[in-house]
Amino acid sequence: MQSLAKLLEAALFAASRPLTLEELASLDATAGEAAVRDALADLRSAYGDEHGVELVEIAEGWQFLTRREYAETIERAQFALRPRRLSPAALETLAIIAYRQPVGRLEVDEIRGVDSGAVMDKLVERGLIEVVTRGEGLGRPLLYGTTPSFQEILGLKNLEDLPRLEELSVALRRPTPVDEPE
Amino acid sequence: MTATGGFVVELDKFSGPLDLLLHLIKEDEVDITDLPIAKIADQFLSVIADLGLNQAADYLEMAARLLRIKAQMLLPRRLGDDEWEDPRAELVRRLLEYQQIRELVDWLGHAADARAERFGRGYEAPPPDAPPAPLQIDLNDLLAAAERVIALIPEPMLHRVVPRPLDVEGATARIEALLAERETFGWSEAVGPQATLVDVLSTFIALLELAKRSSLMLSQSEPFGPMVITRAIPREAA
Repeated sequence: MQSLAKLLEAALFAASRPLTLEELASLDATAGEAAVRDALADLRSAYGDEHGVELVEIAEGWQFLTRREYAETIERAQFALRPRRLSPAALETLAIIAYRQPVGRLEVDEIRGVDSGAVMDKLVERGLIEVVTRGEGLGRPLLYGTTPSFQEILGLKNLEDLPRLEELSVALRRPTPVDEPE
Repeated sequence: MTATGGFVVELDKFSGPLDLLLHLIKEDEVDITDLPIAKIADQFLSVIADLGLNQAADYLEMAARLLRIKAQMLLPRRLGDDEWEDPRAELVRRLLEYQQIRELVDWLGHAADARAERFGRGYEAPPPDAPPAPLQIDLNDLLAAAERVIALIPEPMLHRVVPRPLDVEGATARIEALLAERETFGWSEAVGPQATLVDVLSTFIALLELAKRSSLMLSQSEPFGPMVITRAIPREAA
């Protein structure tokens, strides 16, 4: 393995979160992003099927993760535990925010048909959504978006990894803003 | 719990009124874009009544909306009226949108489950549940909540308590009159006929008081035997 790949391997091993391409490139000022990308590809194939961990592209970065087939055994031994599952209300709220971001609380309430304030507070607390900007409307409402942690807990490479709305069985164009008369 | 429609619905299953509506639509296998609004509205009302959800504002608001659409559908319209706008249109749009969200929820749930089977380095045990965030409510919310709680408080049961002071002086006078007449007499004579609880207590305290003052002597031939009251031999003043 080239020395750049070894350096990346060490950094990814040391980090407890996904590292982005820019972060990895900062390790070696002489190597360009293209070289880092190549080295990452080498590293991923070097791990291939021969190891219990693999290099995974996740949350706009890279991370070593254990292979799925060992999850149960590791959990039974209590070396690591699967995170608690998100409630349906939390997933609903996340789905709306992921596709409509930046989006305000009123719009989330309107789509879900229920008050979502408490759920959104919880999601902010868990670091899955955050205030990204303020809206133009009355009172300049806080607008929310998803965080890198959101992509991380879903194992998304990036937000484009979410299914496209046209791919869903209930295809629906993004509705026009609510300015139509009642 | 069984709703009148003959199917089983559980409160926890629904994350809101739209979810419940979708459930009813699926149960009835009706076309979402041509909603039989009268039927769905009736089912919605009976289910929220059965589940006790008719107190929840979100569900009530939807119930009101359904009834309004039902009424609008009954209004006559002229044939070939191009101006006519289906009163269900907005609801159908929202239902379709919500159905899409539900589909995304399934997708996100599966993605999260798959990700949860891979552990990264630096595992940390999940933190315990954080205490609930401080409440953010305005005065009107608080007052409305207080009124709901107050409405649940049952009417208190009131009892009138009448003070009935013991008539120790009266009993003392009666016993002293008896003592003046007779040297010895029994409890039943001291209490008098048809004695109430108050009379019994008054007489008993009067007897003890008189015994303390050495005006009389109390004796019983055996434990729990009838009480005999005897005039005390007056002592020389000390």
